Amino acid sequence: MKKYYQKIRPYLWVIVFAIFILASYSFQFQSGKTIATNFKNSIIEMITFIPFLFIIVGLFDVWVPKDKIEKHIGQESGLKGIMLVTLLAMLQAGPLYGAFPVAYMLFKKGASIRNIFVYLGAFASLKIPMLGIEIGYLGIKFTLVRTLVSLPLFIGIGYIMEWYLKDKNFEVKTP
Amino acid sequence: MSTNAIIYISLCAVLLLVSFIVNKQKTLMGLKRGWFMFRNILVPFLNILILVSVVLFLIPPNIISRYLGPDSGALGLAIAAVVGSITLIPGFISYPIAAGLIKQGASYTVIATFMTTLMMVGVVTLPLEIKYFGRRVAITRNGLNFIAAAIIGLVVGWVL
Repeated sequence: MKKYYQKIRPYLWVIVFAIFILASYSFQFQSGKTIATNFKNSIIEMITFIPFLFIIVGLFDVWVPKDKIEKHIGQESGLKGIMLVTLLAMLQAGPLYGAFPVAYMLFKKGASIRNIFVYLGAFASLKIPMLGIEIGYLGIKFTLVRTLVSLPLFIGIGYIMEWYLKDKNFEVKTP
Repeated sequence: MSTNAIIYISLCAVLLLVSFIVNKQKTLMGLKRGWFMFRNILVPFLNILILVSVVLFLIPPNIISRYLGPDSGALGLAIAAVVGSITLIPGFISYPIAAGLIKQGASYTVIATFMTTLMMVGVVTLPLEIKYFGRRVAITRNGLNFIAAAIIGLVVGWVL
């Protein structure tokens, strides 16, 4: 029984919801039917672009040489350095805490304090897969404005952190 | 079908075609990676769509527009920034929520602030961040990003 539960555990909500919808239709439960319509609309919205987005992301993953960019990072400074770390960050995926180990690697490779924090900012708000989903759900205009406003702000944060940590023996550690 | 879908499908088709002509094997590998990524998010995504359909049904639009709408002012901004900072919702899941909230009357300022704090400020992950950067730096970074999120929200709301 426990083993069986373990197996269906990830699908628990989907199953409960499916039963709820079936019951709503069988007993003419109006609220349940409204929720089902809401759900159907979001599913259609999702299925018409998310799978294609992931194919695009998958192709990006194979064609863009992430390791080559990583190799050159750190040595570059100035505008080129900022562009390079931003580009590297854009190619990533996942939550922000996944960026901390990369920040450590950047530090070890000699990246400047500024670029480490620019990387974190770009990682949080410019990842290509995320931008794809954002455009799909919130529209190109929202995404473009948000991105263009965010970019100078987190580059600014990079400069502030660099100024703040200038003589403080800052280092990135690994837990 | 929405314009979005058409754009994504055509872009996808063009890229696939070009990629396939240049290198068949790499293309197949890309397809495989895309499929794995999609499969990994599918169930959490379904769960969140279920949650959004239920919650948006339960919370009437006038409540959402009162607390998160264009006239919610500083309160709306504060709610968005605080909730975004403490919750740990994966990015791809937060977009359907954001889109649902906008449909129900939330303002662009509130949504942009929420999304930005969600992505850039992490109270839950702060202990982990401290291990990497030290206490003072981690707190400063989160504080600066919190302020940046509010600015981003205000400018986005002002432009749109």
